[in-house]
Amino acid sequence: MSNAATTAPAPAAPPPVEKIRIKVDGRDVEVPKMLPNWQGKLEPTTMLQAIQIAGGEVPHYCYHPKLPVAGNCRMCLVEFGTPMIGPDRRPVLNEDGSPKIAKSVLPYEPSTPRGAIACATPISPGMELYPNSPATKQMREAVLESLLINHPLDCPICDQAGECKLQEYSVQHGQATSRFVEAKVHKPKAVDLGPRIVLDDERCVLCTRCIRFTKDIAGDDALGIVNRGSYNTIAAWKEGAFDNNYTLNTVDLCPVGALTSKDFRFKMRVWFLKETKSVCTSCGTGCNLTVGSREGAIHRYEPRENDAVNGPWMCDAGRLNYKWVGREDRLKDVLVRGTKSGWATALKEISAQLAAAPRGSVAVVASARQTTEELFLLKKLATKLGAVTDSVARPGEADKLLVCADCNPNTTGAILTGIVDCHAEMGRNLAKIADGIRSGSIRTLVVFGEDVTQHGLGADLLAKLDMLIVSDILPNATTAVATYLLPGCAHAEKRGTFVNVKGRVQKFMKAVEPKGEARAEWEILHELVHHVTGQNGFSTIEGLFNQMAQEVPAFSGLEWAKLGDSGVTVQI
Amino acid sequence: MPEQRKLILKHADSPGYTPDIGCYLRHGGYEALKKALATAPRDLPDGKKLSAQEVVREDVKSSGLRGRGGAGFSAGLKWSFVDRRSGKPIYLICNADESEPGTFKDRQIIHKDPHQLVEGMIISCWANDVKLAYIYIRGEMPHGARLLEAALAEAREKGFLGKNILGTGYDLEIYVHRGAGAYICGEETGLIESLEGKRAYPRIKPPYFPAVLGLYMCPTIVNNVETLCHVKHIVTMGPAEYAKLGTPNNTGTRIVSLSGDVLKPGYFEIEVGKVTLGQLIFDANFGGGLKPGRSLKAIIPGGSSSKVLKAGEVFKLNRKGADGQMTKVDVSLLDLPYDFDSLQGAGTMSGSGAIIVMDDSRSMVDSLANLSEFYAHESCGQCTPCREGSLWMAKGLHRLAHGDGRKQDAEYLSHIAQNIQGRTICAFGEAAAWPVLSFVKKFKDEFVARGEADEAAKSKVAAGPTRDLKLAASPNQH
Repeated sequence: MSNAATTAPAPAAPPPVEKIRIKVDGRDVEVPKMLPNWQGKLEPTTMLQAIQIAGGEVPHYCYHPKLPVAGNCRMCLVEFGTPMIGPDRRPVLNEDGSPKIAKSVLPYEPSTPRGAIACATPISPGMELYPNSPATKQMREAVLESLLINHPLDCPICDQAGECKLQEYSVQHGQATSRFVEAKVHKPKAVDLGPRIVLDDERCVLCTRCIRFTKDIAGDDALGIVNRGSYNTIAAWKEGAFDNNYTLNTVDLCPVGALTSKDFRFKMRVWFLKETKSVCTSCGTGCNLTVGSREGAIHRYEPRENDAVNGPWMCDAGRLNYKWVGREDRLKDVLVRGTKSGWATALKEISAQLAAAPRGSVAVVASARQTTEELFLLKKLATKLGAVTDSVARPGEADKLLVCADCNPNTTGAILTGIVDCHAEMGRNLAKIADGIRSGSIRTLVVFGEDVTQHGLGADLLAKLDMLIVSDILPNATTAVATYLLPGCAHAEKRGTFVNVKGRVQKFMKAVEPKGEARAEWEILHELVHHVTGQNGFSTIEGLFNQMAQEVPAFSGLEWAKLGDSGVTVQI
Repeated sequence: MPEQRKLILKHADSPGYTPDIGCYLRHGGYEALKKALATAPRDLPDGKKLSAQEVVREDVKSSGLRGRGGAGFSAGLKWSFVDRRSGKPIYLICNADESEPGTFKDRQIIHKDPHQLVEGMIISCWANDVKLAYIYIRGEMPHGARLLEAALAEAREKGFLGKNILGTGYDLEIYVHRGAGAYICGEETGLIESLEGKRAYPRIKPPYFPAVLGLYMCPTIVNNVETLCHVKHIVTMGPAEYAKLGTPNNTGTRIVSLSGDVLKPGYFEIEVGKVTLGQLIFDANFGGGLKPGRSLKAIIPGGSSSKVLKAGEVFKLNRKGADGQMTKVDVSLLDLPYDFDSLQGAGTMSGSGAIIVMDDSRSMVDSLANLSEFYAHESCGQCTPCREGSLWMAKGLHRLAHGDGRKQDAEYLSHIAQNIQGRTICAFGEAAAWPVLSFVKKFKDEFVARGEADEAAKSKVAAGPTRDLKLAASPNQH
């Protein structure tokens, strides 16, 4: 462990970037000659990248910066011109000395402009791009018209409504009327592609993003196209066979309402959803996500792009791991010896008893699913009480893409705050605690977020304690026998940070209100620490984090405000 | 009266000529290969040296050979684009997916003289350092595939193919790959995808130019059957002698497939540019004229995707005068020399060399409806304009051809076609759009009249028109 926290790997002197001068809509722009492609490999800069650098936008369906380029939707066609070269192989100049530009035209019909697909066409020095010219606009209009002729136009009942690129581009680039008077092509509806995905082939624009993602990113050749021409249809190789742990990413990737999530479809119009930046708690990778919630209920998680962690993807298991937050049996009341009580009473009693507890008679089991700030406060408390601390390991199976073998979201936080000894295996102290309870040396046990009966501290042992202080979210065998039961919050109900397995400190925001009397654990811990140690703490998460950054060497130099939306990597 | 000039088909139709290697060898077969392999390196005036292979490549370039598949691109130039520095193997693919409607020339070669293709391929492969080549043959030609397999086996047995060809140390293997029946497999990058075992979706260019990133992302040459056969004759005759055949920039011979309303449809090998369209249709040596009492209405000059020419049209063509100056001259349709440049000058193309003749009994609306249905059926559906537009046009034309037309349909169809051409991944977009654009432009009255007649007829029907006409059920349609 290093004492120095780094906000980012120290940037080495960047190699000089070769630039190209081009014009975008008449404005001079200098862009790098090479830029990263979907795999991060440097390739000649494309028209689309150049226009984006120039502050413009190129509408597209099939292009995605993290997928191989397909070039099939043709929505990004852009009119362009290149400097004219004379028979002497030298540039032809205008009277004012500027280079003469030859606009690209159809070779067989020189009066008609010819567009290039901006997603795949590299720029060259002196090139002129016209992303807003009448010809470019006409090409877009025509593509959009084509995409809509066989589309069912069922926006009112479409789950994608509100986040549909057909809708969006129709507003920006479409026409008010359609000339199409023939009968539409009909294709399969509500196709069961796999356990989590439903496909409406009539809405599909055949951009193949789903196919490319599934094959090239998820490594599963499950999807393809069957039939031909206008009858082309996306299909799984066998009905229902689209089943890997990343299928739901295709729902995000699908620019239209063709691929929908069985979990989310028809649950909520997306424009009612409040979006809150958060982090996935299902494993130590810490994929960034957006919580979609309305009036206190979470309706979906969607991945939030963070190239340092998850790119634009997340796994299906993590994405669907939100329902427990809204479970009916959530712990909602403060219970003292099984009887409903209040925070003031309970915290007062606990503080008094902990303050009076003989040194070494208390043990703390703190889950590596608690936030770093909570673990920091628990460690503070434990230090004051001379308490042995530990956490519970949650081993799982890693995959090649995002899922890591550590199913705790904050193992690193538990180690960095000292809840878990960095030289020992997580959970090794649990046996020591069991021995202590058995021998009577440990009289008080503080448990945050774990059912310790599952981890060697059975109900018989817990019965020997004078006092069992438990904070949790859902009921279990440990909460059932708690002397003091303190209802805690899901991550989506509070703010805080997790540190992922690679040392990325990532903050998450509060999406929904806690249930019943439940309170954020850091808040009650703040009070407990204050009462027991007599030290003043911070009553805001910002202050608490900044205090932690000053006291925990690994976090030195960090500030809550500087974490940003995508986090900061510290050395571990 | 012009005659056929049989170079490729010199022996094919001779009585008793068989496709086996014995017959081929008796007719001088594989002598060109021996000659090619014995080519001496050449010293250039500027002191540079050409290797034996480079000499043959240079000869193909200077022969002026242009691709016989459709685009008419210089074969030698195509070979010169091959990335020879990548260190990757170079592949050669013979495009035997002959499927442009009206075209039936390659199958004559494959069925009657397969060794000529094999020899042309071996020479071309050797000249381009190719160690592995494929013949991608259309699935609907099972007999041709069997004949080619047999020819390859015979060539292998005689030491013309396989390891250490004719003791030179050069190794080459050629495999026959049968397509599964799609027009788009004739598009070279679609063909490459299909050969790789994938759906024949043409690739975007850039970056996937076959000469650099072709088969298995290696440099690849794709040449038409007839083109590869010509290589053999360029070696035999020498490029200068070969270039005397045909006309400047349109050298050699080519096989023309003549079909439609002529008395004597068939294939004819001519010197490029030495025979006019009129002669091809009317001369006794070729089409033998129209059916009695009929007059010429239109000519589709280069396969069904080429733009139609209307009887009586006069074109302004560039002609080199005696003083070497280019001048514009009026050339009428029937006086158009059948070559690459003249047809391009007439706003169309000689394409695959397939001439479809239409007399005055033909309805242009019905003919175009038929053609468009073909293109709607064959569009691979990869890119939007072609996928949606080709079926849209076919549906509109079906409507117009079946009594539900409107007088604005002519313009309607042109607009759809305009939005396809030049905006697609491959040239199929043009193939689907050009017939519509040219038919509607040149026979607009006929299209408008049909729409007006339908509207007039319907105005008498109180119930009004239905728009719910569908195309005849496609095998692909669900």
